[in-house]
Amino acid sequence: MSKAIEVSGLTKIYDELVAVDNISFEVEAGEVFGFLGPNGAGKTTTIRILTGLSKPTTGNARVLGYDIVTDIVKAKRAFGVVPELSNMYDELTGLENLLFMEQLYGVPPYERQTRAEELLRTFGLYERKDSRFASYSRGMKRALTVAAALVHKPSLLFLDEPTVGLDVVAARSLRAILKRFRESGITIFLTTHYLEEADVLCDRIGLLVKGKIVAVNTPAKLKTMAEEKPALEISFKMSLPRAAEELGQRLIDLAVVEVDDKIRIYGGDTDAVLETVLAYARENRTQISAVSSLKPSLEDAFVKLTGLTPLLMATEKGGR
Amino acid sequence: MRYESLWSIYYITLKDMKTYYLKPPAISWGIVFPVAWILAFYLRNPRNFEELVPGLIAMTVLFSTTAMEAVVINFELRLGSLERLLLAPVSLPGVLFGKILGGAIFGLIITAVVTLGAVLALGLFSVNIIYLLLILLPSLLVFSALGALICVSVREVFEAQTLANLPRFLMMFLCGVFMPISTLPPVLKQIAYVLPLTYTVDGIKQSFGGAGDIAIPIDIVVLIALIPILILPATRLLARRFT
Repeated sequence: MSKAIEVSGLTKIYDELVAVDNISFEVEAGEVFGFLGPNGAGKTTTIRILTGLSKPTTGNARVLGYDIVTDIVKAKRAFGVVPELSNMYDELTGLENLLFMEQLYGVPPYERQTRAEELLRTFGLYERKDSRFASYSRGMKRALTVAAALVHKPSLLFLDEPTVGLDVVAARSLRAILKRFRESGITIFLTTHYLEEADVLCDRIGLLVKGKIVAVNTPAKLKTMAEEKPALEISFKMSLPRAAEELGQRLIDLAVVEVDDKIRIYGGDTDAVLETVLAYARENRTQISAVSSLKPSLEDAFVKLTGLTPLLMATEKGGR
Repeated sequence: MRYESLWSIYYITLKDMKTYYLKPPAISWGIVFPVAWILAFYLRNPRNFEELVPGLIAMTVLFSTTAMEAVVINFELRLGSLERLLLAPVSLPGVLFGKILGGAIFGLIITAVVTLGAVLALGLFSVNIIYLLLILLPSLLVFSALGALICVSVREVFEAQTLANLPRFLMMFLCGVFMPISTLPPVLKQIAYVLPLTYTVDGIKQSFGGAGDIAIPIDIVVLIALIPILILPATRLLARRFT
């Protein structure tokens, strides 16, 4: 399999801030590679460097075989970019926006109208093709921005936080479209701070924290990295508002957290943990209604590998 | 510049014309302002108005081009659509030149209307059209490039218009728009010769058969030379914004 992206020792320093710190990675042709990390981790800076919007301080990268510093215009003809901001032209209609992009990307004149209309149909925007971009909903704007990145049939698509700010339905619909692209063989490089998005869409994920890559692997393998820490999820028949706190005092070395009225306990010997929880239930004159062993999630892997909480990711970007 | 890039520049210009020519800041600063000045001077002294025509045409060039640059550059800087253009396979100088051309064409339209109006209304048929075009065309690019240089250093349209007023008004009063440069004190005269509008006013004056302070070929050469001199730093400033 050939390499769509090859990055070696890439560093970007703004004044005294090291935004990207000596990162190296490769993306195979046809795979979906995701950069997962909190706001300020360096995801967008990396995408800006790889797409020619910013120059690296040191290091080098090749995109589709083109050097990003010396051959960026050639590379741009072969890849598409969906920036974080849906920045099409408010004054132009959906169709006019796509036609303009086709002109810039050198799509042959006789193909422009057909291809633009085809994309508008794919993204469910055909009925609104003659409406101005300014009148589109946020989801429709996002969809048109993605469509605009595809006018020249790129073999590689960069997506920066593709579903940020979208409602659940629009985000789901966009993810479904991205899955179809994956099946059609387009290489996708996306950045996200949504764990579930990375889990669902990506073949491989790079965890980025403070400009450094802390792990690169498949979602399944990242999860197994967290497997040494089994989690038990326990529900009581009666609501015990202080259960997490009180159990935490008894299971001193273990992490005890409350998640949706359930108690989640990470680590420790299962028998010993259950005995403690049973004793606690009896003392509080209630019973355990359910016990389940949780498979490690990408969230668990993320927590373990980065030392950050998933809540931090959600909070920093407004979350969902 | 590659063949495809020339097409991209053309499409960027075309899109800007379609998208921004009727934006309020373009109309108020690019059309209403110079027209209001022209009317004010005409109403004040209709008899000697002919003498002011070259200066007022030059002022129209200055205001229309710089006003449009603030719209085509700063609207897009604010909305992030300039970044969208830079993601396309067009070089940064190509994108900027497309923007400069958009401003120059807007200026050409407004200036053509004002010039034709003056020629027809005042019967100034002795105008040397070749000279006039050789002065106006580079002037449109010079002031559009000057507008671009100012606009890429700020973000908002109002900031750009405000900042642009400094060179606009300085040039209006020092470059022979209202009074001949020969009447200026020596120090101001030296400053006037550094400012591009001086060469535009002087060249237009001579195109209309008036006496100039500088030989018209020199006016033309200076104006042509100023185009890259202004585009180069504008390109660098824009590049710095994105690196």
